[in-house]
Order: sequence, then structure tokens, then C-alpha cells
Amino acid sequence: MAEALLAVDDLQVHFPVRSGVFQRQSATVKAVDGVSFSIARGETLSLVGESGCGKSTTGLALLGLVKPTGGRVRFDGTEIGSFRRRDLKDYRRRVQIVFQDPFSSLNPRRRVRDAIRVALDIHGVGTRAERDAEVAQLMARVGLRPDQADNFPHQFSGGQRQRIGIARALALKPDIIVCDEPVSALDVSVQAQILNLLADLQRDLGIAYLFISHDLGVVEHISHRVAVMYLGKIVEIAPKALLFASPTHPYTEMLTRAAPTLDPRHRHSFSASSDDVPSAINKPSGCPFHTRCPLATEICRTSEPALTTRPDGRLAACHHR
Amino acid sequence: MAQLATSKVGAAIAVKDLEIRIRGERGSYPVVADMALTVQPGETLCIVGESGCGKSMTALSLLRLLPEAASASKGTIEINGEDFLAMSQHRVEDLRGVEIAMIFQEPLTALNPVLTIGEQIAESVRRHKKLGHKAAMARAIETLQLVQMPDPARRARQFPHELSGGQRQRAMIALALACDPKILVADEPTTALDVTVQAQILGLISDLQKRLGTALVLITHDLGVVAEVADRVVVMYAGRRVEEASVYDLFEHPIHPYTLGLMGAIPRPVAGRPATDRLVDIAGTVPPPWDLPKGCAFAPRCPRASARCLEERPPLEEKRPGHFAACWEHVDG
Repeated sequence: MAEALLAVDDLQVHFPVRSGVFQRQSATVKAVDGVSFSIARGETLSLVGESGCGKSTTGLALLGLVKPTGGRVRFDGTEIGSFRRRDLKDYRRRVQIVFQDPFSSLNPRRRVRDAIRVALDIHGVGTRAERDAEVAQLMARVGLRPDQADNFPHQFSGGQRQRIGIARALALKPDIIVCDEPVSALDVSVQAQILNLLADLQRDLGIAYLFISHDLGVVEHISHRVAVMYLGKIVEIAPKALLFASPTHPYTEMLTRAAPTLDPRHRHSFSASSDDVPSAINKPSGCPFHTRCPLATEICRTSEPALTTRPDGRLAACHHR
Repeated sequence: MAQLATSKVGAAIAVKDLEIRIRGERGSYPVVADMALTVQPGETLCIVGESGCGKSMTALSLLRLLPEAASASKGTIEINGEDFLAMSQHRVEDLRGVEIAMIFQEPLTALNPVLTIGEQIAESVRRHKKLGHKAAMARAIETLQLVQMPDPARRARQFPHELSGGQRQRAMIALALACDPKILVADEPTTALDVTVQAQILGLISDLQKRLGTALVLITHDLGVVAEVADRVVVMYAGRRVEEASVYDLFEHPIHPYTLGLMGAIPRPVAGRPATDRLVDIAGTVPPPWDLPKGCAFAPRCPRASARCLEERPPLEEKRPGHFAACWEHVDG
């Protein structure tokens, strides 16, 4: 098997919680707590989970936008190690990000042409005229009219702004784009436009995506493989079809059951009762999911299950399945 | 022309010919037009549409809670048979909470941050049910129990910021239900919540509605939520109804091209439709309400649009029994 494009091993991001007059560290939030996965060229791996599970922090840590407190990242055969500035320039060119909110991720006072061109400027690609020509091509590629290049972000709709964000990420011909909830803020008809665009770009340019989302429908549509996160850990990784057809981890099962069906003749019978979701500051002992798990027994309270390979090739972390 | 929502005796809500206008920098323009709704006791009506279609304005008008720049400029709203628009402000305040109550999308901005959950609910109970302090607080805890709030007596003494997102939404539902309203209006009640919590809250709302016989108007952008809870559905586009049908007819035989587009755009395939690699994308964007096209507002984005669609706005008509659409070139279903 060819080496993975990106291999993440035991990634950790811990944040100190400070309190009191002297701002002493009173606790640690283990936002990402030993996460490992790999992505092949041209592949889409989704990270799915609910708010606070660490999926976005994982994406930010991969770009060095938050500093990992532990773990290793290998990219195209090279250790990215300490995220030193010098090593990072090439890596930063080849790993790009698209953010969730197309309103706050664009500078309101910068023309779209400049927003897209700035990465080309920094990396000194071609002459000024060549860079401007490249901007026009990028805009056309993502479905924007190149004659809108002199407009400001507020003159664009949410979907168009997300296209600007994608053009900006594409400018340096990256190998992988981290997409952090790229369609969550969009209406469903516009969301479909952006998802189709991402699929076209992958087909034509062979870009890999780390696709971070809470929306199982979107994840089921766009992914090749899916990793489910819960309180800073991956609890299951499997090819999409396998994961959705027969979830192994009880949390994966809970998530897939909770998603609405779109079939009024086969409605869920949702339970109205509340189960309290623990936070990353106050993580349960043992298996982090045991407080909500219908299968939990004594061993789940005391010992944390490891992510192990199952007969069908998937990975899951559960004592009982 | 057929009018779907004729006011029937006993309807909880009867809206006729409603127009809501906004006066702003761009002059005065309608954001909701020709709106008509009837909701029977115990029935769930979902209003579905994308941002800016007028669904939230419609919801706010049902409680006379429209923002200052907006007003109901035409039509009538009857709540349990009473003309709501002609009523004095004092009378409206008497009825809010008792006859009709609202659940908002974002409980953190809808709840008062400096009052405990219990005080907020008790305040409403004291005003409407004329109960004393102690009895009102007891009623508040009882209501928190009703919405299955874990540890209700303790939660009643806590402030909104001390609760999780799901608990806050339960607190707001409790606040809405405290005086046994006959009508509940919920504006995107689960949009800000995680999917497992959304499932609990949807379960809770439909549970309570069945037990209490409340009429429910639920506003959402999410067809998945519609499929789970609706009896009838109104699809809105650019301030108008474009399709209205029972939830089964709508999902099984949608006839308006916009509804079909919405269903094709959902990544998770609608039951009975094959999964595809490519989503239907509705080209273009929703026109702004101050600059609507002349004919059908959807025509510029519509794959079926004809010359007539660009010139003449189609009225909402009964195309099949109980199934209404505003379209000259609709699908036969």
C-alpha cells in the first residue's frame, strides 16, 4: 500500500483552565486526546461528532493554528514534528483550510482579488500580472464571475463567500484541504452547490479532504471514510458504507439513529428524556461514553477501551462490541 | 381561485390574506404576502423554507411580536376565534402565554440571564394564573418535571448560563407551557442543538403536544424535522406559499419545482429516491424582498420556467385533492 499523504499519530491538544485571582491552572481540557488517522491522496476522510468533541481543534492543530501538545504528523513522507516556521512553509502551501463562517473568515475591507491573491504574493508565485490572471482563473473555477474581483465580501451572498474561501484555499494548488464545517452556515440549496463544487475539485485535481462536520447526511454524502469522535477521542473509523449500514460503536449507533429520516411513514420514536452530555473538562473515567451508553458495565467505568481492528477491517473502541 | 385556509369554526389559528411589510432604508416592501394558515387544535403545521423566505416573520406575527420596522399591513389573524390584530396591547399581553406561546431558536438570548429558571417560569404563572409566590414556584417545578428536566427542583434555582444547551431549550419549553397555552409556535427550536439532543427535544415536543392537545406551528429550514413531526406542511419562497399539502403528499408527490429542488439538494436521499453522487443544486440565490422579479419569484432559478412564469405570478391553487401549489408549470406528481 502506498504511503498515506497525511498520517496523524497520537495527536494531543490540551488547554489549561485557569481560575482565581492568580490565574492558577485549575484543570486541563483535553480537547484532542490521542487521535490517530491517515488520509490518502484524493481521499475524503470525515471527522464527525457533536459540539465539543474536538473535531475542529483537530483540524486547526493540523495547520498549526493551535499548537499540538503532543503527537506526530507525517506529511508526504516528511515529519512535520515541531511545527517550526521554516519547515512549515512548504507544508502550509500544500495543506489549506476552508472555514465554516464565510462572513467572519474574510477581511471586510479587502477586495476579493486581494483576498485570493495574498497567498500567491506571500509564496512569490509568478509576476504580478500572472498572479492576477491566476486569480481570474481561480474565480472561474469555483463558479464566480472574474469581473467581480474588485468587489468587497459584503457584496456577495453566503454561498458566494464560501466559493471565495475555496478559491483562496485552491490558490497554492494544495494536496489536502481541511474543510471545517464548510456548509453548516448555508441554506440547503446553496449547500448542495458547494458540496458539488468540492466533489468536482476532488475529481479534477485529486485533492484530499479532511471534512469536519456534525451533519451525518452531509458526511454520508461526501466521505470515503468516516471517523467518529467523542470527547477528544476517535471511537470508530470505517469506510462510509460500512459505518452507516452497521455501526459498531454504541455512540455511532446513537448518532445515526438520532438523525431525522426524511420519511414521514417511518418516523423515529425519539425518547423525550434527557441524558446529560459530559464536558471535556469533566471527562468520565474509563470509556468516556459509558455515562450515556446502553451497554455500559463495570469494566467500562474503570478501563478505557483501545481502538482495535475488527474482522471487517474497521477500527472501534468498545469493550462490548 | 381556491383558498386553502378558510377559517373554520374551532380553528386554533386562522390567518387570512396576511401581508407583512418592512419600512426601511429601501422604502416599504412586503416580506410576507397572501399568507393564509389554518391550524386545528392538536394539529402540527410546519412552515419550511430557506433564509429570508418570511417564515420567521410569519411566526412572530402570530404573537404580535414583529420587530418595530415590520407590521402586518393587510389581512387578519384570528387566535381561538378572536381577532388578534385589532386587539388592544393589554389584551394581547393577557393572551400570550395562556392562549398562545412561543419557543425561540436560541434559548440563551430568549431567557432572562439575571433571573433563575424557576423565577422566570413563576413570573409568568403569577401574572396569568394569579397564583402566590409559593404556588407559582411549585407550578414552575412541576412544569420543569413535565419537560423531563433532570433534577427539576435544583434546576429551578439555577440561572440560564448554568444549564447545557439542551436543558436551556427544555427550560424555554417549560416557560412556554407553564400556563397551558392552546397554541405553541416554535421557531427553529432544535437548530442550535446537537443531533442527539435535537432528537430528545423533538420527542419531547411531540409527546407533550399529543398529551395536551396543543396546536403546534413549527418553523424550520430542515425537511428532516418536517418529516418527523408535521401533519401538514407549507413551503414558503420569497414571502409566499408555493406549496401546501399533508406531510405524506408533500414527501411522496411534491409538485412545485422549488420543493423538488429542496428535496434533491438534501444529501441524505428522501425515502424512495435513489442516492446519487450529485446533488440537485438550485442555481442562483433567493431574490431580496425589495427587488422581486415580476412573475413567479422562483422563475429565474426554475428549470421548468416558461415565458408565462416570467410575466405572471401564479396563484396558489388546488392541483390535487388537498394539495396546493402556486405554479404554472408544476410537476404532475
